[in-house]
Amino acid sequence: MTVLLYLVPIALALGLIGLFAFLWSLKSGQYEDLDGAAFRVLSDDDLPSAPRAPAKREPQP
Amino acid sequence: MAEAVDYSIFLARDAEGRAEVSLAVDGVDCAACISDIENGVKSLPGVVHARLNYSTHRLTVAWSGEGAPADVVQRLESLGYRAHPFSGRVEEEEARRARWLLRCMGVAGFAAMNVMLLSVSVWSGNVTDITPETRDFFHWLSALIALPAAAYAGQPFFQSALRAVRTRKLNMDVPISLGVILALGMSVVETALHKEHAYFDSAVMLLFFLLAGRYLDHEARRRTRAVAGNIAALRGEMAHRLGPDGVPVLVPVQALGAGDMILVAAGERVGADGEVVSGASAVDEALITGETLPRLVGPGARVYAGSLNGSGVLTLRVTAGGEGTLIDDVQRLLDGALSARGAYVRLADRVARLYAPVVHLTALCSAIFWLVLGASVHDAVMIAVAVLIITCPCALALAVPVVQVVATGRLFRAGLLVNAGDMLERLAPVDTVVFDKTGTLTLPDAVLRLPRDADPRLLALAARLALSSRHPLATALARSAQGAAFAEVEERTGAGVVTRLPEGEARLGSLDFCEAQMPADLPADCSLIAFRLGDARLVIGIAQQVRSDARAVVDALKARGIAVRILSGDRPEAVAPVAARLGIADYEGGLRPADKIAALEKLKAAGHRVCMVGDGLNDAPALAAADVSLSPASGAAVTQAQADAVFIGQRLAPVLAALDGARTAGRLMRQNLALAICYNLIAVPLAVAGYVTPLVAALAMSGSSILVTLNALRAGTSAAGPAPATTVEEVRA
Repeated sequence: MTVLLYLVPIALALGLIGLFAFLWSLKSGQYEDLDGAAFRVLSDDDLPSAPRAPAKREPQP
Repeated sequence: MAEAVDYSIFLARDAEGRAEVSLAVDGVDCAACISDIENGVKSLPGVVHARLNYSTHRLTVAWSGEGAPADVVQRLESLGYRAHPFSGRVEEEEARRARWLLRCMGVAGFAAMNVMLLSVSVWSGNVTDITPETRDFFHWLSALIALPAAAYAGQPFFQSALRAVRTRKLNMDVPISLGVILALGMSVVETALHKEHAYFDSAVMLLFFLLAGRYLDHEARRRTRAVAGNIAALRGEMAHRLGPDGVPVLVPVQALGAGDMILVAAGERVGADGEVVSGASAVDEALITGETLPRLVGPGARVYAGSLNGSGVLTLRVTAGGEGTLIDDVQRLLDGALSARGAYVRLADRVARLYAPVVHLTALCSAIFWLVLGASVHDAVMIAVAVLIITCPCALALAVPVVQVVATGRLFRAGLLVNAGDMLERLAPVDTVVFDKTGTLTLPDAVLRLPRDADPRLLALAARLALSSRHPLATALARSAQGAAFAEVEERTGAGVVTRLPEGEARLGSLDFCEAQMPADLPADCSLIAFRLGDARLVIGIAQQVRSDARAVVDALKARGIAVRILSGDRPEAVAPVAARLGIADYEGGLRPADKIAALEKLKAAGHRVCMVGDGLNDAPALAAADVSLSPASGAAVTQAQADAVFIGQRLAPVLAALDGARTAGRLMRQNLALAICYNLIAVPLAVAGYVTPLVAALAMSGSSILVTLNALRAGTSAAGPAPATTVEEVRA
């Protein structure tokens, strides 16, 4: 049963890593805007492209 | 807006001391909107941070120096979005609670997974070849994880249970807390005595399930409240406050305080309760009393927030501003009605009141039973605690909230924002629906009614002339105008407008002003406005328009066996035609707020469950007095605060959807409670007989929880009533 000596700490450590990852993501506000994240991933704001004038948006009918 | 706008009341300081403001933004509906708005606002001078929350349609802006919210509003307007700042202190509080619940849930989830890992090893070891030392080691390890995790993640339940016990009440959290604490305590004792069974896994799994239900419940409510908050903020009620130098500055009504002087231009809504200092006008108090005929006011008269100023300019001294705006007697009636309604006890709490004593008594009896049979004290206590653990109301506590979450989500898609948590429970048994007329059955905007021989040429001229007047009746007429307004229009205060046309002098205003007679063929419920050109005269009626689907909704309500009534503050002769058109036989008009409450009390005394639907300030006490209340989003802010739910859009269909949804939800809640009680009827005898091992407890608990959750999901799919037609997006468009 000596295998427990390292298997149990490994299991606990994995669980704790998961818990801290969750707490960190919660603290950094990643659950604040779940719908927006789906759209933000599509925007190219990290590319050094030519500055684009803010597009004029047609008002809703 | 060329005028100076002072939004400083909405400015707050963030953690780093920067000026910060939150805005509700309208019209956000595409991925490109996010970068448009954020980049557009970030390019303003001094702005260091701009972040749009796409889920709630809120924009947060921070400045390095002094904040300038008016610039942001203007920039967004030029980009094509309507925006208005708002103060979200209440919502900030709720967001913090949501994060806390989620954190508790994360901790409980971590503990549940790891303890279960150890527990499964013990269970399989117990039937094979685990050594007692290894089992003790695993139990102590489980205790090491479960005890701190339960102490942290159990707080929402422990706190609520403590509050309930302190006020000598029982809620579901009392048996939950007791079950968790006993399960953990007994498990520690058992581990110390080197016994086979420990219930650490049951305790933390229970907490995890319950926290998941509670978090979802909280989030669903928070989401509807955010939308309701946006609607209220985007209405953007502003007032002209006179500065010390006599120059009017546009400020949000929340910034008004008692003693401020405000200027109310013709056709503007009054921003706060006040006393007229100078000026004379007629004010339309339809939103306050339901009366559609304007009331004449002069110096010394009291004017209430929400009333619409007629043709004159008024200077008011504010008597109650901001949140405190409310007519005294309405407030008094409201307080009375609220204290009368406080008696309602939620279904889950009613069950808890019965459940907790029965369960605790059963546990006690089974301990005594085993002692009498000659079992040892240890075994008897073990069995009693096993009874408590197996009856720990996991399924029972999930039975109601999960249905609520699913049903609230469905109503949200139908255009109904649920305000009160127990609204569905109270709405389900309703057998009488009482409508207010003005603004509820009818639309807030009016339509024209013309006499039979109306000259279209005169009407066209009248409409163009109406463009120059800010009187509410003229505004309704001006909507049909084709062409530009006339030049050189003179406004005669309290009478109308005059201009010179090639055909002669043209006048638009009251009947006296145009020397016109009331035509016989206009319906009695119209407000009248007259036009005179030379000697030709035209009298135009402005009538309220009944919501397009009002008749269908009233018929559908009747088909469901629900009595429909109208209680209106408007004149009886104005109520009668609307009632006739909708096929409502029971109606009363000319009611003051106290009369409405009396009428509702009479209905309630006759054994009816009453749902009140109203929008005006005069309805606020009646809404609080009814068993359950709904209000259209166009209603007065105070009224909406009293309503259990707010519906958006031009249609009345959400009222029907609410009723159907509530009935479905009520049925499912009862089913779920029955399921949970059935589970107990099977499990408790097993526990009393001493057959409940931790494995059985874990299976029974998760099994029953999953069963009630699956049953609750049916609240979202069952197709009762018409398909939801009004979506939030449609309303915004």
